[in-house]
Amino acid sequence: MDLELIITIFPKLLGATLITLKLLSASLFFGLILGLFFAILRLNKNKLVRGFAYGYSYLFRGTPLLVQIFIIYFGLGQIEYLRSTFLWIILKEPYWCAIIAFSLNTGAYTSEILRSAFQTIKPGVIEAGRSLGLNKVFIFTKIQIPIAIKQSLPAYGNEIILMLKGTSLASTVTLMDITGVAKFIISTTFRPVEVFIIAGSIYLFITFLVHNLIKYLEKKYRYQ
Amino acid sequence: MELISFGDNGWGDELFVAALMTIAVAITAMLIGFLFALIFTPLKLSKYKILNLVANSYTTVVRGVPELLVIYLFFFGGSSAIMYVAQIFGYYNYIEINAFITGATSIGIISGAYSTEVFRGAIQSIDKGQFEACHVLGLKKYIYFFKVIMPQMLRLAIPNLSNVWQITLKDTSLISVTGLVEIMRQSYIAAGSTRDPLFFYSFAALLYLILTFLSMKLINRLEKNYSRGY
Repeated sequence: MDLELIITIFPKLLGATLITLKLLSASLFFGLILGLFFAILRLNKNKLVRGFAYGYSYLFRGTPLLVQIFIIYFGLGQIEYLRSTFLWIILKEPYWCAIIAFSLNTGAYTSEILRSAFQTIKPGVIEAGRSLGLNKVFIFTKIQIPIAIKQSLPAYGNEIILMLKGTSLASTVTLMDITGVAKFIISTTFRPVEVFIIAGSIYLFITFLVHNLIKYLEKKYRYQ
Repeated sequence: MELISFGDNGWGDELFVAALMTIAVAITAMLIGFLFALIFTPLKLSKYKILNLVANSYTTVVRGVPELLVIYLFFFGGSSAIMYVAQIFGYYNYIEINAFITGATSIGIISGAYSTEVFRGAIQSIDKGQFEACHVLGLKKYIYFFKVIMPQMLRLAIPNLSNVWQITLKDTSLISVTGLVEIMRQSYIAAGSTRDPLFFYSFAALLYLILTFLSMKLINRLEKNYSRGY
C-alpha cells in the first residue's frame, strides 16, 4: 500500500467523478422519457405498436452495452448521409454518443420496469376514477402514474446503480470518467490495487447515496 | 454477405470461433461464480456476524463497482499478485497468466456475487418446516442437503439464475479490453481491417441476440424440469 500515491491520485479521480455524474444524470433523464414512452406503447391495444416497443426493449436488453456504444460511435459515422446533416455535430462527439447509447439502453430497462408497474395497478382503481367521471388523461396522470412510480421505485433504484456501473464503458470511447482516469493511472504507475481501492470507493459511495435516496423516497410514497 | 463468408475472404469462420470463445468464457465464468457462491452463501446464512460481514462486503463491493474496473484490476494486477505468491515459495521467474483465465476469473467473481444473492434468497424462501422435518427424521447431513434442500432451492433459484447467466454472457464482451479474441474483439479487428464498423458491430449484436435467445429457450426447458409437480 502506497499512501503517497493514494493522496496524489485521489483528487484526479474525484475530478473525473463529475463526468461520470454528468453522464449518469443525462442518460437517466433521457432514459426515463424513453422508458415512459415505450411503456405506454406496450400497453397499447394495437399489436403492431406493442410489438415495436417489445422489439426495442428486447434488442437493447439482449445485447451488451459495449456493442451499443460501438455501433453508435464507430458505426454511425460510416454513413455518408449522416455526416452531411446537423446530426453529425452530435454524433462526432464521444460524449454525446455515450449519452445516446446509455439513454437507449436504460430506456429499454426502464420501459420494462414501468410496464410491469402499470400492469400491477388494480383495475378497480382505474374503474373508480372512471365512475367518478374523470377523463382519461386525468386518470393517467393523477392516478396511474403516481401508483406506478411508487411500485417501480425499488426496481428503478437498481437500474440507477446498474447505469452508474454502465457509465464506466464511456472510457472505451476515449472519455475520461472515473474508470477512464483509473485505467490511465494504472497503465502509467502499474499500481492497480491502490487505484482500484480509490476508484471503487468513489463508485461505492455514489451507490450508497442512491440507495439511501431511494429508501427515503420509498418511505415518503408509502400508503398512509 | 461476402464479409461474413467462411474462408480466407470473409470473417465468418473467425466470428464463429469467436462466438464459441464467448460461450466458453461465459460458461467458465458461471462455474467459477458457482464456486464463489458455494463458499459465500453459507457465510451469508451463518449465525456468526463476522462471517456475514465478510460475505456481505464481497457481494456489496462487487455489485457496486463497475465490471470494467474489476477486469482492469485483474488484468494489470493478476500476474504480479501470482508472482508475489510464487516468490514466497521461491519461484522467481516471470509468470504470465493468459487472457482467458484472467477474463473468466474476473467475470466469474462478478457473477459469483449475483449467484450468492440468488442462492441466499432461494434457501431463505424454503419453508422452515422442511429443515425441521429433516432434523426430526435424523437425516444425514449429506442426504439432508442434496435430497431435500437442494432440489427445492434449485426450483426457486433457476429463474433468477437465468438472469445471472444473461448478465454474465453480456459481461464477457468487456473482456475484449484484455485482448482475448471473443465476439467483441473479433468484430473490432474485422471492423478495423475492412473499415466497416457498422456492419461488424451490428453483426456482433446479432450474435449476442442469438446467444441470449437460445440460452433462454434452454433455461425454460430446465425450469420446467425442476418445477415438476408444482
